[in-house]
Amino acid sequence: MTETKFTKQHEWVRLEGEEAVVGITAHAAEQLGDVVFVELPELGKAVAQFKEAAVVESVKAASEVYAPLSGEISAVNEALVEEPAKVNESPEDAGWFLKIKPTNLDELAGLMDGAAYEAYLKELDQ
Amino acid sequence: MTSEKDIEQDPGAGEAVPEGTSEGASKAPEPGSGSDAGDATSELTEAKTDADAPDTGAETAEAAAPDEPEAALPDTEDETPQSADREGQDAPADDEASDEGDDESDSEGDEAGPEEEVERTRVTALYGLHQELGARFTAFAGYEMPLQFKAGILTEHKHTRAAASLFDVSHMGQAFIRLRDGGDHEEVAQALERLVPGDLVGLAPGRVRYTLLLNEQGGIVDDLLVTRPQGEENEGLLFLVVNASRKEVDFDMIDESLEDGIDLIPALDRSLLALQGPKAEAVLASLVPEVEAMRFLSATTARIGTMDCIISRTGYTGEDGFEISVRHPDAEPLARLLLGFDDVMPAGLGARDSLRLEAGLCLYGEDMDESTSPIEADLAWTIGRRRKESADFPGSKRILKELAEGPARVRVGLMSQGRVPARAGAKIQSSEGAEIGVVTSGCFGPTAERPVAMGFVQPSFAAPGTELNVEVRGRLHPVTVTELPFVPHQYKRTVSKASTDAA
Repeated sequence: MTETKFTKQHEWVRLEGEEAVVGITAHAAEQLGDVVFVELPELGKAVAQFKEAAVVESVKAASEVYAPLSGEISAVNEALVEEPAKVNESPEDAGWFLKIKPTNLDELAGLMDGAAYEAYLKELDQ
Repeated sequence: MTSEKDIEQDPGAGEAVPEGTSEGASKAPEPGSGSDAGDATSELTEAKTDADAPDTGAETAEAAAPDEPEAALPDTEDETPQSADREGQDAPADDEASDEGDDESDSEGDEAGPEEEVERTRVTALYGLHQELGARFTAFAGYEMPLQFKAGILTEHKHTRAAASLFDVSHMGQAFIRLRDGGDHEEVAQALERLVPGDLVGLAPGRVRYTLLLNEQGGIVDDLLVTRPQGEENEGLLFLVVNASRKEVDFDMIDESLEDGIDLIPALDRSLLALQGPKAEAVLASLVPEVEAMRFLSATTARIGTMDCIISRTGYTGEDGFEISVRHPDAEPLARLLLGFDDVMPAGLGARDSLRLEAGLCLYGEDMDESTSPIEADLAWTIGRRRKESADFPGSKRILKELAEGPARVRVGLMSQGRVPARAGAKIQSSEGAEIGVVTSGCFGPTAERPVAMGFVQPSFAAPGTELNVEVRGRLHPVTVTELPFVPHQYKRTVSKASTDAA
């Protein structure tokens, strides 16, 4: 399945083979403003669903990025270290943060699909 | 991710302006500047009658007709022409009712009856313009202010240092202090000197002084700019600009301290704009040629079209620039006029904060508070020499003792070696692991291209070059004590002979 799923905390996740690619949504990136620093986890680190996996810093403040799925960190986007602005430029593609080897794919069921996320955003606007 | 977090951390427009980077020095209009004379008198007369009326209670309709510059001034109780009734989460209760004539602001909650306590957020006269420009707002000091515009904080910051940015700082407190029956500068200056350590008596006409309001414990109540206007008819008048978050506290304190016959008159009918950056002079000079002759920390009045402006060469960014005080109806026309220049972009409080931090300027409430002495804040230079000798300012005992023996803590600049920003509240450790201080403000510095911060450390760790660590998210990150400013100031301290002999 390559469908992108979304969390209430504005992360997106997409399965690519055995790994789940994770980033923050365009909405989140826009809210954050200019990203100046990204703190990525160590490879092999265990993460739990909805628990902190990474940190993204804007000029003014730090925000947490939560793991959409439980598992083990299998890759991180080194490009963000030198070019944190990639997160703003391409949040749902080149600005990906990390990859997880998921331990429980059932967790995907609890996440929103694209349409549900859009509806969720509308709700937040009110 | 937590998306709300960054919006809550307000940079704040609180100002502290060492070396006189001042915020909004203004002064009463002076005669001789075109037809300001009438305005000066009527403004002060109007203001005087409101001296006893605090800014609560009834509002009038909008400020006077903008096309009648010499018309009688509006009731200065009217806080802004566009106060909106909004239910703001962060806003303190505001006693002012909504402005009748307002139809431009976004007003929610108009149905709230008089008995209901609705939390109101104030807005400045430029609120509508901010919305038009696509601002993203944040609450600060009870106001809904632009955090950034479409360009974003990084771009707005860099643009300020490369060209010119326009900031709305109308939320700050502007006020006059005046001798009711006339009198000389010395008298009014001495009255205010009772609360500050600076030399105000020696302030020359048309000059601005950065100073501090002190409490009896020698702690800083606020930092502010004091201007002595030019012109004989303004003798005995002072103009003040204070921090937005402190204006009520400040004005109460000053008011109580002033004796009979001297009045504090909040300038509630005025907005304040800051034009900052290397291109600011060229832009403003095309409208007001005389600004070329102004040096840093001077002030004058001038007319732009029909707009009466009080212009000072001051700012809060470390760049050359100006702060312009105008009456509310003129704020938007002036802002649009300035934004019409190619070099000028709007900038919000986010960029304002990163700029001032790189410039090593304090933010009241973050880098200093009522417990902080001028010595701890590294602002000993604000104590005038005569004042030091007479020790005639509040808390002089403690302050002079710290001056002689050293304070318990001192403000320093900290530059990160890595990329992790250290933010307010982060603990500072010595290389041995002892906790020796705390960060008071920090952010990523777009011009410095690395995180910059200020904090308090024990004096033995305050020497530039000292290697320390800050604790961020449970890990230690190296920082180096750095002399302030992180980015050199660009103040225009001298004017070429060709420009003038005035100022």
